[in-house]
Amino acid sequence: MKAVVTVIGRDKKGIIAAASSECAKWGANIVDISQTVMSEYFAMIMLVELGELESDFRTFKENLENAGGALGVDIRVMHEDIFNSMHRI
Amino acid sequence: MLNTTDILETIRMIREENLDIRTVTMGISLFDCISDDPERLCARVYDKITRSAGRLVQVCEQLEATYGIPIVNKRISVTPISLVGSGLDEGGFVRLARELDRAAKALGVNFIGGFSALVQKGFTKGADALIRSIPEALSVTERVCSSVNVASTKAGINMDAVRIMGEVVKESAYLTRDRDSIGCAKLVVFANIPEDNPFMAGAMHGIGEPDTVINVGVSGPGVVAAAIREAGQCDFSTLAETIKKIAFKITRVGQLIASEAAKRLGVPYGIVDLSLAPTPAAGDSVAEILENMGLEVCGTHGTTAALALLNDAVKKGGVMASGHVGGLSGAFIPVSEDRGMIAAAESGVLTLEKLEAMTAVCSVGLDMIAVPGDTSAETISAIIADEISIGVVNTKTTAVRIIPVYGKGVGESVEFGGLLGHAPIMPTHRESSFDFIHRGGRIPAPIHSLKN
Repeated sequence: MKAVVTVIGRDKKGIIAAASSECAKWGANIVDISQTVMSEYFAMIMLVELGELESDFRTFKENLENAGGALGVDIRVMHEDIFNSMHRI
Repeated sequence: MLNTTDILETIRMIREENLDIRTVTMGISLFDCISDDPERLCARVYDKITRSAGRLVQVCEQLEATYGIPIVNKRISVTPISLVGSGLDEGGFVRLARELDRAAKALGVNFIGGFSALVQKGFTKGADALIRSIPEALSVTERVCSSVNVASTKAGINMDAVRIMGEVVKESAYLTRDRDSIGCAKLVVFANIPEDNPFMAGAMHGIGEPDTVINVGVSGPGVVAAAIREAGQCDFSTLAETIKKIAFKITRVGQLIASEAAKRLGVPYGIVDLSLAPTPAAGDSVAEILENMGLEVCGTHGTTAALALLNDAVKKGGVMASGHVGGLSGAFIPVSEDRGMIAAAESGVLTLEKLEAMTAVCSVGLDMIAVPGDTSAETISAIIADEISIGVVNTKTTAVRIIPVYGKGVGESVEFGGLLGHAPIMPTHRESSFDFIHRGGRIPAPIHSLKN
């Protein structure tokens, strides 16, 4: 399965580094990544492949979201299908 | 890859606009539990419910984690209990209600619906006993919800049932007087009750339903309100299009959760209920949607038209997003559960009469309305009769969930807590409807019920 990781918060150094190293640590493969900064707000979206995840989905999600908390940004990990359902006919 | 704007839109809906799945409700048939021995019946009912829904809460929690969308309520609906326990007396039904409550608590679901009877044309012994047991059943249980269908477009209105329900509502209020008459918040009187509604307090598992089924109720007033705010001062065609598009997106999430929940539980997927269900939280209000359309306060002139547009656009947008649509499907206007409705009622702009008019063009009916505790049973019955007539004549579901709060009067308010919210006590007419209600008998079905 693929998941969409979104990172939203005030821009600061090291956000991409922290999020991507957390993904690598758990065996999530980043297949696409995009980021923008809009009026001081940072928004990064990563599509990650979880086929070789070294933990269950929930552990990966909780760790990544907690890493966001430590950085002061909001990280969410959601199955890609919720976005596919909402935005594609 | 997915469009960045789309992804951020979804995140914003969940983060800031309270988008959630309001309920995943498992319908369970209890017909195979029927027994002439009350003890055996109770044991079978408890076993069937806990066995069928054993993994419901766990699966919903997994879905919440996987898709990142909150599932606010996990619930159960069962076959109308008057049919399952048709040989029981009042005490037997109260005993069965306790068993339902025990099963709900064991499963961790917040409500179990189906303590119900269908009496649109008349009473069976079982239906009569169940109805008379409702006040006690609701006072000794916490999570059991009850509904009674007193009318249908096909059958007309059973005015004896309407009269009795006025008394049942009053008695329920009295027996739960130490808890602001909360028993009445778990009791709905219906016309044209749907058999697959996942929302409480009116959920039941109809007789034509499969053994078990998953029905999902979506929500999202905050999302619609935000979309209308963003659309600005556009004309009505554009407004309707804006609501349709957002309703489509909301419903697609419901469809995804419904089909995934059904798959993981190994249970057929039934319907998605296309609903805008408010909560007392800020930014989760149907009244706010209407006010964003350009009304100063919900309840002023123009409110019915605004609600009609909203209700229709929600259905048009939602219907394409879901394989099977059912339940109540439409905007809900429960007064105590909607911050904007509460404010409008407190200011005196939103009255009982306006609410009644609004129910002609939206889902359900007079919902979560607190009235003075000294309102007579006949006046409650007359309020029910008025509302039920709207449903019968317009071939739609209408319902009444009214709380004559014991010991309280106009100017006071009542606090139910949680999703049930709080409400000001609204005035009713003091002039009598006694003679009208005590005529008895049935109001015939309208001419347009004869469609064959």
